[in-house]
Amino acid sequence: MAEQLQRRTSRRTVVKSAAASAFAAPAFLRLKSASAQGTPDAADAGFNWRQFEGETITTLLATSSRADVLVELQPQFEELTGITVNVDVVPEQQQRQKMVIEFTSGNPSFDVAMVSWHVQKGLFGRGQFMLDLRELLDDPELTAPSYDFADFSEAALRFATQADGRIDTLPFNIDYWITYWNMELFDQAGVAFPETLEETVAAAEALHDPDNGVFGFVARGLKNANVPVWTSFMQGWGAKPVTDDGALETTTEAAVAAAGFYQTLLANYAPPGVSGFNWNECQTTFSQGTAAIWFDGIGFAAPLENPDESLVVGKVGYGLQPAGPDARHAGTFGDGIGITANSAKPGPAYLYSQWATGVEVMQRILELGAGAPPRNSIYADEEFLATVEIPQGWVEALVASGEIGLPSLPEIIPVTEFRDIFGIALTNMITGADPAAELELATQQFQPILEQSLAGS
Amino acid sequence: MSSTAATSPPPLTPRPRFGDRSYGRRSSYLLFVLPALVVIVAVIIFPWIYTVFMSFHDWQVGARRIWVGLDNYGELLNDLRFRAAVGRTFVYTVLAVALPVGLGTIAAILFHQEFPFRGLFRGIFILPMIATPVAIALVWTMMYHPQLGVLNYLLSLVGLPPSLWVYAPDTVIPSLVLVETWQWTPLVMLIVLGGLASLPVEPLESAVVDGAGTWRIYRDIILPMTLPFLMVAVVLRTIDSLKAFDTIFAITQGGPGTASETINIYLYLQAFSFFRIGHASAVVVVFFVIVVACSLALLIVRQRTKWS
Repeated sequence: MAEQLQRRTSRRTVVKSAAASAFAAPAFLRLKSASAQGTPDAADAGFNWRQFEGETITTLLATSSRADVLVELQPQFEELTGITVNVDVVPEQQQRQKMVIEFTSGNPSFDVAMVSWHVQKGLFGRGQFMLDLRELLDDPELTAPSYDFADFSEAALRFATQADGRIDTLPFNIDYWITYWNMELFDQAGVAFPETLEETVAAAEALHDPDNGVFGFVARGLKNANVPVWTSFMQGWGAKPVTDDGALETTTEAAVAAAGFYQTLLANYAPPGVSGFNWNECQTTFSQGTAAIWFDGIGFAAPLENPDESLVVGKVGYGLQPAGPDARHAGTFGDGIGITANSAKPGPAYLYSQWATGVEVMQRILELGAGAPPRNSIYADEEFLATVEIPQGWVEALVASGEIGLPSLPEIIPVTEFRDIFGIALTNMITGADPAAELELATQQFQPILEQSLAGS
Repeated sequence: MSSTAATSPPPLTPRPRFGDRSYGRRSSYLLFVLPALVVIVAVIIFPWIYTVFMSFHDWQVGARRIWVGLDNYGELLNDLRFRAAVGRTFVYTVLAVALPVGLGTIAAILFHQEFPFRGLFRGIFILPMIATPVAIALVWTMMYHPQLGVLNYLLSLVGLPPSLWVYAPDTVIPSLVLVETWQWTPLVMLIVLGGLASLPVEPLESAVVDGAGTWRIYRDIILPMTLPFLMVAVVLRTIDSLKAFDTIFAITQGGPGTASETINIYLYLQAFSFFRIGHASAVVVVFFVIVVACSLALLIVRQRTKWS
């Protein structure tokens, strides 16, 4: 594979690379002294980071604070490798659409892409849109010695691996669902942090005081966005909405019970109008001190602890997803970075992907509270963790979630339809519809879509 | 037919025939039309034919394309969600046309009067029309927030209970129409104001001399004479309202549930979220027929309101 990639390198580039290799160590040291971020480990001194010098690649990223880190550190990558990177940062929803449309055209305009596993894994796996990276990972000429693939968390590796064993992305970010709780409100009411769903309902009830502008609970009510709340609750019964062999289990006792908790919490203790709330409305509600508990993804510590945006700075507790009667898990989502299957520059693109998912970039992401890097070594590095300014409670919740994380959404191709149809059912529940009847109806609507998808894959 | 032919004036120049020098000259003119023709075929005709062709297929991105004939259309007919979206689109369109046209007409009559700083106020009035729809949508989303939005605060100042605005199924469509009305009333005002300014003064003077009151003058003279301009506004607003997507998507994404899911939002979901290209193509074709039918009906009405 390395030879195949090398063939695309011009003679001039090889000469330049050879010259650069001779000075690799000093150059690397200079970079390290300039900044500790975004540069490779000292163990890479013999690795030729400049083997594709002079090449240009295009990356397609989804707008996020993690993409901001990649853009911020990009000059260091370019200096290290001599590769020029054209970066295209597009809002998440549009980025996903752009990728699918361009892959369908057969000629994507980008070499590297950020892939949302929980939405695109199935579709991209079926279409084989991304390059299988296994050969590259095994190639010592292309993979730096410091790049420890086994360092990624088990949940991340499971996400990055397709059903047929192909690894078509490198883990970039993991998003666990956690419970944010307003410690000040809890202390004032003498309520303890709720460990289970039952306790969450009890705590929400105890803290719910709408006359004084405090609501017991807030979570997503907007269709589509709300489905992870329900599927994460389902994990408390050890259940999931779609089995590994593609059977829908959305009308089971566990599914209905989880939907019942969703209905109880959002219909009784959430702010009026919650059926139109996405994460941003929830964040606003919680950060203004008007909600006692918020259940959502882990990536909100930075805005909640920012005094310019939040009234609850220093008052936020970060707890695990509540347990159900049978199990405790953390609903898990994530993103990977991969190379398009049709890329004419897989070598430079692989170096970029390797750098973007390396320890240094991920440390920077954690430092900024921009996400939850899926590398175990980062959380084992106490010296580094001591320098991180984000709350230790958040880091602890992150580490603990990593041990119990399970994908919250089914890894099926029509996952967006799944979210849409069951999202409507959940929204209807907030306005009083019967959970069992709504789930039955949604299941009837989604069953043929799933069957068609399974038949076509 | 023959009498018509007999009374038709002879052509100024004889029709060129093949072999004539003028035929060669005229056919060379056709070459100048060719680039435009190529562009029209490439940009309008071909995509349309391809969309119709795709509507006869079941094709999801990443999967095989299968010919299904009219199945997509049959599915649409039986799709309760699509039918609800069509109904919602009509309700939204009627409200989003009637309110701006009514208010815009009143505003035009006001701005047609002489008063100090009239130009300044006219300028301020048309500002919403200039703003970017998505920016407007984001601002209104914040204003509509049930707990933190300014609108409920304003209601509380006058002793009214808070509303859930776009966050409740019952109030979402009127709330979205309010945004549309706020943004597009100025356009109607400009069109009607132009009409008022172009009215001849003689009929108005005659009416005054004959002793007609203000209301009668407006009802029996000004309104009929401005009707062609109003119809232009109605046609433009109808097409715009039927096509409305940006503000609805940015504010509610069709929610809560499907309470504000219009045909365009439904179409967007099918095409760009579910990637059901065949099904989405059928929606496009049906929607095109609806838009053309509405536009034709309004254009016919407009023709009848023209001054004779």
